[in-house]
Amino acid sequence: MTTRRHVLQFAIATAIVAGIAAPASAQGTIKIGELNSYKAQPAFLDPYKKGWELAVEEINAKGGVLGKKLEIISRDDGANPGEAVRVAEELITREGVDLITGTFLSHIGLAVTNFAGQKKVFFLAAEPLTDKITWQNGNPYTFRLRASTYMQVAMLMPDAVAAKKKRWALVYPNFEYGQSAAENFKAMLKKAQPDVEFVTEQAPPLGKVDAGAVAQAIDDAKPDAIFNVLFGADLAKFVREGTTRGTFKDRTVVSLLSGEPEYLDPLKEEAPVGWIVTGYPWSEIKTPEHKAFVDAYMKKYNDYPRLGSIVGYATIYSLAEGIKKAGSTDTDKLIAAFRGLKVPSPFGPFEYRASDHQATMGAYVGKIALKDGKGTMSDFKYVDGAEVLPSAEEVKKLRPAAP
Amino acid sequence: MTIDALLFQALNGLAAASGLFFVAAGLSLIFGVTRIINIAHGSLYMLGIYLAYTFATRVGGVLGFWGGIVAAALIVAAIGALIEILLLRRIYRAPELFQLLATFALLLVINDAALWIWGPEDLLGPRAPGLRGAVEILGRRFPSYDLFLIAMGPIVLIALQLVLTRTRFGRLVRAATQDREMVGALGVNQAVLFTSVFAVGAFLAGLGGAMQVAREPANLLMDLTVISDAFVVVVVGGMGSIPGAYLAAIIIAEIKALCIGIGVVEFGGFRVNFSKLTLVAEFIVMAVVLIVRPHGLLGRAQGAIRSVAEPEEPIRPATAALKFLGLVVLGLLICLPLFAKTSPYTLVLGTDILIAIIFATSLHFIMGPGGMHSFGHAAYFGLGAYGAALIVKFLAAPMLGAIAFAPLLALAGALLFGWFAVRLSGVYLAMLTLAFAQIVWSIVYQWEDVTGGSNGVVGIWPAAPFNTATNYYLLALAFAVLSVLLLRRMLFSPFGYAMRAGRDSPLRAEAIGIDVKRVHWVGFAVAGCICGLAGGLFAFAKGSISPETIAVGRSIDGLVMVLLGGIQTLTGPIVGAATFVMLQDTIMRQVEYWRALLGATILLLVLVFPAGIVGGIMARYAAWKSR
Repeated sequence: MTTRRHVLQFAIATAIVAGIAAPASAQGTIKIGELNSYKAQPAFLDPYKKGWELAVEEINAKGGVLGKKLEIISRDDGANPGEAVRVAEELITREGVDLITGTFLSHIGLAVTNFAGQKKVFFLAAEPLTDKITWQNGNPYTFRLRASTYMQVAMLMPDAVAAKKKRWALVYPNFEYGQSAAENFKAMLKKAQPDVEFVTEQAPPLGKVDAGAVAQAIDDAKPDAIFNVLFGADLAKFVREGTTRGTFKDRTVVSLLSGEPEYLDPLKEEAPVGWIVTGYPWSEIKTPEHKAFVDAYMKKYNDYPRLGSIVGYATIYSLAEGIKKAGSTDTDKLIAAFRGLKVPSPFGPFEYRASDHQATMGAYVGKIALKDGKGTMSDFKYVDGAEVLPSAEEVKKLRPAAP
Repeated sequence: MTIDALLFQALNGLAAASGLFFVAAGLSLIFGVTRIINIAHGSLYMLGIYLAYTFATRVGGVLGFWGGIVAAALIVAAIGALIEILLLRRIYRAPELFQLLATFALLLVINDAALWIWGPEDLLGPRAPGLRGAVEILGRRFPSYDLFLIAMGPIVLIALQLVLTRTRFGRLVRAATQDREMVGALGVNQAVLFTSVFAVGAFLAGLGGAMQVAREPANLLMDLTVISDAFVVVVVGGMGSIPGAYLAAIIIAEIKALCIGIGVVEFGGFRVNFSKLTLVAEFIVMAVVLIVRPHGLLGRAQGAIRSVAEPEEPIRPATAALKFLGLVVLGLLICLPLFAKTSPYTLVLGTDILIAIIFATSLHFIMGPGGMHSFGHAAYFGLGAYGAALIVKFLAAPMLGAIAFAPLLALAGALLFGWFAVRLSGVYLAMLTLAFAQIVWSIVYQWEDVTGGSNGVVGIWPAAPFNTATNYYLLALAFAVLSVLLLRRMLFSPFGYAMRAGRDSPLRAEAIGIDVKRVHWVGFAVAGCICGLAGGLFAFAKGSISPETIAVGRSIDGLVMVLLGGIQTLTGPIVGAATFVMLQDTIMRQVEYWRALLGATILLLVLVFPAGIVGGIMARYAAWKSR
């Protein structure tokens, strides 16, 4: 027994030491450090990873960038800003990556943004939505791909105004994303329709919505229309309870992100038909660039793409285009190249604005519909991000910390 | 809000209460008999809903749904029994709380197993056959499935009460809850009793999860959300009291439903959104209940727990050999920057380890020699971190000033919360500290204007000359050495011995004139203060902080570090903190399923070193010497 224990102890010690030993490094590649909350947000990030892996494969098959192959070193950030900063540091100092990208959760995106500014490292934020990454806390080293909270709300605004409803109820998860979406929505709608009235606001904790009680409280407030920011498991609970209780009956519902397959598909045949949403109706988009992407994706994974796949794919293509334009991976040259960089994507071409480093990649706005027992979108159109973003002069005021 | 709406929200609350009650009842039973804080209880609940989903969709129809719920609960019960037989049974003799480490490892493993089996997507089950629709009550539509849930709560409560009061098994469970040694001495087969209690507890968790299949999607975050709720319910109701758990579940669910029902209210210009209170309502309830009734609503004082572990040796000053070893290690650590020229990351990781060491050592100070098991030590870490960050943000304080302020704010928090906490003992104390930590967390999380809300504070970077990795590492090293030596010195002072006397025998300690509460209060405050220093160092090491510095996860990390190293030794927390941070850093990088691997590694360490790493090494050293 004792000897067996000693052997085990020795084995554990060896394993730990071996794990800490230095890694191998490859020659002649462009090293990109990627970090994300893979374990905490698998529903979105699993397709995201598939998306960027596909892009890397395609680019390297065509000979890479500047004659070098792309090498992605991907890490889990533990869904925790403190750990994310350490992981970023590890990628830079230990793995020697030329730039970093990734992140999903807003507070982690912000922490890494700040880290990039401090350490003067190029950072492309892939998915975090908070406006602060490109505005209040923006810095010269950080760019962001996905349409921000402000943009997502602004895309829905024409439909919300056109609904001509007076009494609105709001429901949003109680953290920065939900709060800022609700604030943006209230401000924009009030401006367009001064007599609007917000009859109730429900802010349940993220991931812990008491759906029955919340749906009932909204129904009791007798609104004409509802603005929803819940997503994920919260959305599924809310939709089921609200449908059973008749909360959505004869009411206009405007909802952020709910048309994304990640959040719509779990609802299956209970998808709330008629909700006005931002999303990604992958099976209905017929443009050639999107079709090429879907074909390649389905061929490689035998699964359909989610919005995360698009984000992952476009992230790597952005970096490839940027490095190509810069002619090197030098941080200052990369920043100069990214300002005004044009990138092709499955959603069509978009641009990284020089004014606030935000990409103009848009989203699809339409109504939730049912097709073959699955949720999708109808009457949708692609809204280019450039149409909803404030002008360069306005942005200057929003972005005090960076030129 | 009309009276109808209010009554209707009360009905909603009842439906939610049933769900809470099932998991809480199981947790309460398991704790009562085995004294295990089963962190993996939420994982059993999660397995229940995933299994029920599988049955409902694969088998389908009435049988698949209703039969699936029963089958899922039975399978989870079997898994619970297996966990008890294969794992927990081996470590009952370990020092107090050590089993928590094993169940924490299980939580990690089960989460990754569920991801591997069921995939990353949320899985929304079908509606319940026969109870798809809604019935009209008070002019509103109420889901008929919720009526079924409302009825199930009291049915399970009565069934459990009957089993506990009328059967032999129930008598044994009650007897073991009061004095399990005596039950063993009377010839009852403890192994069978423990296994069956664990299986019944797991069955209830699985049933609670499975019944939610018609209401919410199965997802991988459920384990952690459920476990904290369940603990709150158990503690508010009184550990071991099943009716208490039901009462507590109703109170908490009703308060939440009421907050949601009230919604936004204007108080003379101030807009208060009551629905935001649901973030922390249960913890406020728990804090109030514990302050007023130290054993929960229907709980009674616990019978004396005679530890089955080996009695703990008194702590002794370091031997010459250990002192020499310590100096060598310190010398190596000071020289680390010289070796780290080729891999600067070593210093980054080293700084994190040093911060973790301060955190774990301060927690050990009250947990080990003080016997106060704080489950909310992150509160003081967070207060320190936010103290430092906010004083930089609002007053542009210099870095060293901010780091000096960090322990002061933490000290203030620890003095306040400690005053209440030391009046309790055992698991009630643990839960009160957790409640305070959650309250601090929710204030920080919601106070957008001051604390930056969920995004936290960014841009707190060290000033020259500490803005290089090397110098900051040396600064952290200096603070870590000072903290460890200071805490050590206190433990060997009369104060330290008084604190331990208060832990081992409060009555005798009082009799010889020690004011136990006061001594423990001071100990609590000292630990909080030193922990705040770790928080301050953390803020500048990362450049940004967020509410995660205060969250439950960090408190659990601290417990894991202390237990991993060995709670009965003074070097334990140091070794435990270093091992845990290095393991996490290494494993997260190596594999996709890092949680499972981390969990498996901890399980292995638990089985090989049932007294913690240092405890195990010392025991073996002593055995070798006496040979």
